[in-house]
Amino acid sequence: MSTSKLLAEKGQQLLGWVDERFPLTSTYKAHMAEYYAPKNFNFWYFFGSLALLVLVMQIVTGIFLVMHYKPDASLNAAGVPVAFASVEYIMRDVPGGWIIRYMHSTGASAFFIVVYLHMFRGLIYGSYRKPRELIWLFGVGIFLCLMAEAFFGYLLPWGQMSFWGAQVIVNLFAAIPLIGPDLSVFIRGDFVVSDATLNRFFAFHVIAIPLVLLGLVAAHLIALHEVGSNNPDGVEIKKHKDANGIPLDGIPFHPYYSVKDIFGAVVFLIVFSIIVFFAPEGGGYFLEFNNFFPADPLKTPPHIAPVWYFTPFYSILRATTSDFMWALGALVALTGGLTVLTAKCRHVKLAAAAVTVVALLAFVLIEAKVWGVVLMGGSVLIFGLLPWLDQSPVKSIRYRGGLYKSILAVWVVCFIVLGYLGVQPPSPIGNLVSQICSWLYLAFFAFMPWYTRLDKTKPEPERVS
Amino acid sequence: MSDNKQDASVGGAAFCACSLDPSRRALMAATAGVGAVAAAGVAVPFAASFMPSERAKAAGAPVEVDLSRLQPGEKMTVEWQGKPVWILRRTPEMLASLQSHAAGLVDPESKAAEQPAYVKGEARAIKPEYFVCVGICTHLGCSPSDKLKPGAEGGMDESWPGGFLCPCHGSRFDLAGRVFKSMPAPTNLVIPPHTYLSDTRLVIGEDTKGA
Repeated sequence: MSTSKLLAEKGQQLLGWVDERFPLTSTYKAHMAEYYAPKNFNFWYFFGSLALLVLVMQIVTGIFLVMHYKPDASLNAAGVPVAFASVEYIMRDVPGGWIIRYMHSTGASAFFIVVYLHMFRGLIYGSYRKPRELIWLFGVGIFLCLMAEAFFGYLLPWGQMSFWGAQVIVNLFAAIPLIGPDLSVFIRGDFVVSDATLNRFFAFHVIAIPLVLLGLVAAHLIALHEVGSNNPDGVEIKKHKDANGIPLDGIPFHPYYSVKDIFGAVVFLIVFSIIVFFAPEGGGYFLEFNNFFPADPLKTPPHIAPVWYFTPFYSILRATTSDFMWALGALVALTGGLTVLTAKCRHVKLAAAAVTVVALLAFVLIEAKVWGVVLMGGSVLIFGLLPWLDQSPVKSIRYRGGLYKSILAVWVVCFIVLGYLGVQPPSPIGNLVSQICSWLYLAFFAFMPWYTRLDKTKPEPERVS
Repeated sequence: MSDNKQDASVGGAAFCACSLDPSRRALMAATAGVGAVAAAGVAVPFAASFMPSERAKAAGAPVEVDLSRLQPGEKMTVEWQGKPVWILRRTPEMLASLQSHAAGLVDPESKAAEQPAYVKGEARAIKPEYFVCVGICTHLGCSPSDKLKPGAEGGMDESWPGGFLCPCHGSRFDLAGRVFKSMPAPTNLVIPPHTYLSDTRLVIGEDTKGA
């Protein structure tokens, strides 16, 4: 017997030994070699695996940054906050520190670019529709965790934008009636953003949120592999199986999509490296210039804006003034009225009418500042309702009609305009435009049950095309 | 995955112990109840650790300020409880300007604002000349920028009476920290407790007695 044959046999024995004690081969088959994904995945399907790649990169670079970073707001002998100085130390004195830190800070922006594209893919191909509601909800949870992670992480360099950004966001909670002011003290651990705040944000950033994030990512993937992937046609490949129970339009994830995703990863890493090496600050959008000044609790920088990935939601917060409440009231009244008119069940009609009246009363009684916070949070959470708001008979944009496509186009434009206005200083005209865009953003969700029914869809094919 | 998936009813039954031994159910419920109480008790110190420490609470001591070198029209900033406190020495023109725009204000008489009882009127000061307030926007806590000069000079519009502009969300305040209508900030700027020890010595963080 040749040596190689002998080795192969030994290897089989070892694998058998493991398989009797741990489901190694069966797990590999279930999730890789015998996980059948639709054969018609396109460009949009890169972003899920890219998000996983960026997550791993953020964790690895993060571990190495923690080895040198100090979460300490007290001043050192030179009069600079220790946290701020430790970031400068990483950038200037730690061998390789600058690239690890730039990978991490650019990685945060890359994460959001990839995740926004991944979410948009879900939106246009109806990946959130039955039976994938839970995948979508876990995804919304991941998105919330990412936002929390980015927010907590942004305080750590203890620069001017870190400090004042945290000050503004923590004060959002102070807007909640009754418990608000105490709640904001509870979050900060002090009466102002201080060393106590920095230390707890550090704990959340490096351990608490990442643990939740990993759990949600696991749940997202387990749910995905349970029901199977959607595809650009939005039709179920499990409807047509061969004699062995394998979907006719499915191909094994490994090697077909593992190889495709590696190609995507290479292209992504080329673009990512160009940014890390040549434009790590992203023109002030990835790392804001004011954050190169140490935090000064007595002086707000003349123009403060969140990092770009928060700005659409931040614009909605800014747009919510007392005059906007009328437009918002009209939106709620219209949605409530439509529900009352079109709902089939009497209980639903009554509930809709009651909710509408209560909401309108609350708009009058509670100040606009509170509603700004509610709308900002709501504009993120509302994504979670999509599986139930969308009543179209088809999933994919390929078979939707002109009505849906135009409304989606307007919504995308509004989202981008809101994002742009969020980085600009406040201005009367900008405020009006962001109010219009905020209204349209919310209307996209509020009226979805009706316009998706009205939309003239094309017939879906039986098999993927 | 479908080949190794269990039948739904089997999975459901595995979660339910109800059919196993009914005689022990009260005991199980009691054990779970006691466990929940213990867990809630253990959570208390963890939640409490989020509150400001004793050291943080002790840091809010009153601050004494010398006003003798502050010229008319000038503003100084001191730190009290970690917050910026402004002291603006207003000129007679500045004080006169406060009357010009009451209709454009949310709360010209500061009924809703947080301020000590001894601070009254449109000037919102013990001595109208010295305006003392916490330089933190009542919207989301940014520190507004000075736009003290009236008119379009500082990038404001022609009708600007002089005051403060919050850089974060654009709230505008006049020279008595009163917020203009239709701004994100709901109330006028907060006036801290303060008292004068002499004509030029001011203490921030201590109430004026007997006023």
